[in-house]
Amino acid sequence: MEATMENTRTTGTADVAWDHDDFQTVGTPGHDDPRMTAGNVDVFYGEKQAIMNVSIDIGANEVVSFIGPSGCGKSTFLRCLNRMNDTIDICRVGGSIMLDGQDIYDPSIDVVPLRARVGMVFQKPNPFPKSIYDNVAYGPRIHGLVDSKAELDEVVEQSLTRAGLWDEAKDRLDQPGTGLSGGQQQRLCIARAIAVSPEVILMDEPCSALDPIATARIEELIHDLSSQFTIVIVTHSMQQAARVSDRTAYFHLGRLVEVGPTKQIFTSPQHSLTQDYITGRFG
Amino acid sequence: MPTNLVLLVLLALAVTYFVLGRRAILSQGQRASGIRSMHSLPHYYGVWAGVAALLPALVLMVLWIGLEDSILRALVASYFPAERPENFIEDVFFTQIKNVAQGNVVGTPPEWVMQAAGAWAGFERSSQNLMSAAVLGTCAVLGFFAYKQVGLEFRARNAVENVIMAVLVACSIVAILTTVGIVFSVLFESIKFFGMVSPMEFFFGLDWIPKANFGENADSGESAYGAIPLFAGTALISAIALIVAVPTGLFSAIFLSEYAGPRLRAIVKPLMEILAGIPTVVYGFFAALTVAPLFKDLFASVGMSASSESALAAGVVMGVMIIPFVSSLSDDVINAVPQSLRDAAYGLGSTKSEAIRQVILPAALPGIVGAILLAVSRAVGETMIVVMAAGLAANLTANPLEAVTTVTSQIVTILKGDQSFNSPMTLSAFALALTLITVTLALNVLAIRIVKKYREQYD
Repeated sequence: MEATMENTRTTGTADVAWDHDDFQTVGTPGHDDPRMTAGNVDVFYGEKQAIMNVSIDIGANEVVSFIGPSGCGKSTFLRCLNRMNDTIDICRVGGSIMLDGQDIYDPSIDVVPLRARVGMVFQKPNPFPKSIYDNVAYGPRIHGLVDSKAELDEVVEQSLTRAGLWDEAKDRLDQPGTGLSGGQQQRLCIARAIAVSPEVILMDEPCSALDPIATARIEELIHDLSSQFTIVIVTHSMQQAARVSDRTAYFHLGRLVEVGPTKQIFTSPQHSLTQDYITGRFG
Repeated sequence: MPTNLVLLVLLALAVTYFVLGRRAILSQGQRASGIRSMHSLPHYYGVWAGVAALLPALVLMVLWIGLEDSILRALVASYFPAERPENFIEDVFFTQIKNVAQGNVVGTPPEWVMQAAGAWAGFERSSQNLMSAAVLGTCAVLGFFAYKQVGLEFRARNAVENVIMAVLVACSIVAILTTVGIVFSVLFESIKFFGMVSPMEFFFGLDWIPKANFGENADSGESAYGAIPLFAGTALISAIALIVAVPTGLFSAIFLSEYAGPRLRAIVKPLMEILAGIPTVVYGFFAALTVAPLFKDLFASVGMSASSESALAAGVVMGVMIIPFVSSLSDDVINAVPQSLRDAAYGLGSTKSEAIRQVILPAALPGIVGAILLAVSRAVGETMIVVMAAGLAANLTANPLEAVTTVTSQIVTILKGDQSFNSPMTLSAFALALTLITVTLALNVLAIRIVKKYREQYD
């Protein structure tokens, strides 16, 4: 811990202000109607601390974007929200993360239904090597969400429609999902995630492998989905964060530096590090 | 000059040309502006001169030694008597002539053999002298030409590069030609066999009773060459081996790649691969002395009689032997399934075994099938275990408790001891071998194609 702090001091920017543990996130990390609440979260990979004392609320039906330079911990923090970090042996998580008032790291919590409630879309489109239909039907099937084939058909159609893929895919549902274009594959992955009716959808740079047209479609989709779902998106594109999100959180070297309404973060950031990042001084 | 000495002189000459070539370029370089004025570094010129002296002469020498015997045979053939007695086998007399020529006279050979041996010794001496002269001459002349080429403008570096490529190509051609040679020798002997026994009988006959018809080993009675019992025995034992090896190998591969931590994996994987390093003869006596009696007692205790040499014992032990093939290859293909698919499955709330059954295994399936096919071809070709534990009786049975025999163990039985290359019994081994080669080759090609197709999908 001490060693890591030393490191931070030497590699950080000149005016890094958190030599001490009393560092405070500026802006408004809280929310009136929180769906998820993270309190004093620390994440360690072996000896190395990747996330330091992060506290933030994710409000119901809002879109929150995480921005920050590479290696700042935004993806690591995102993966804590549905315990995807459990699959990494050396990863330890401290602090508390609540979903609807329940600590998701509590030993009594089963990670399998948790991940059905907090879905995830990844950086690279990763459809299963199965048909389009089976890709979407995978979640409802393993969680027993449907009783009949007709019901499953309906869930598949609804999910594909919501993901904006139904018109393109309805005539080829039995063809492999890997045969779609990159943008279509990513929308298929979104359909697959919403087929289990999650409360929160986590998106880890969902457009970084896509061209601008496919990116625009996904951004529209995020906007449409926000009426029903809470969405947290990690992005490297500040324009994207500005376009899709209600609130923006800026991470820097494992710290959550500033949180605020997106418009405010991009027009009048309070912290000098945020200012430097959004004006392109580093990152 | 004896061959060893020729070789030594050859090497000495080559080294001399290396030194000369290097010295020549250095002195030319000194007159110009040093190493920078040369096209290549000095030692390339030396290597070029040395290699030009050595390699062609060496090839000539190998060819000469390879062809010497057949040329000498043709030369002494005129000493053979015009009227050949019954059962006259040339090879026997050529061996005798050679022995006499070397001074090993056993008994009293016929007069013409003594004369032929004298001639043989003379021809051999002159052949040796001719070879020494030709090889060393080639070496000296070619080396000299290469040495003359040495100059500041000569591209020795490129020339050496070409020589290296030629050597590499030659080595791979040797490997390919050997395979082709084996296939053709088996093919020609098989064609001879099918001249004596019809392919219909061989491929569809139900009785396998090979009988020797040569000299004092001649057996009485009719012989039969229907290979169906051997094919059936091979299939039975391979099937038992696969029933043991596929689930065990596949499940341990899944454990290693999905459940075991890196530290456990680092210990367990090499341990499993040790299984592959145990000599098959050890498996063989393990099967014959431990497993077979165990099965015999076990089945006797439930009132069934098992033969002390049973297909079951051989098959089970062979299955253990091929576990590492299945597990190691399956482990590789399971690891090649992209992490993103695992993330997707876990991100949707799959448990570990759901992710494995519904996502990872289907994605890895073509590779796993390839691994199993390679294991099958290994099982079909395995010899030692079946020779020792499966018995030699060509029973046509589907009962794994009886003794059966396989293609490979029959080949061993047929080809040990004295041979006569014109009896159908000996030749039948080649027909069996041809069948075996065809089957394993087809399996390997199929497996490689499947694995390749799978690789393309994710790379």
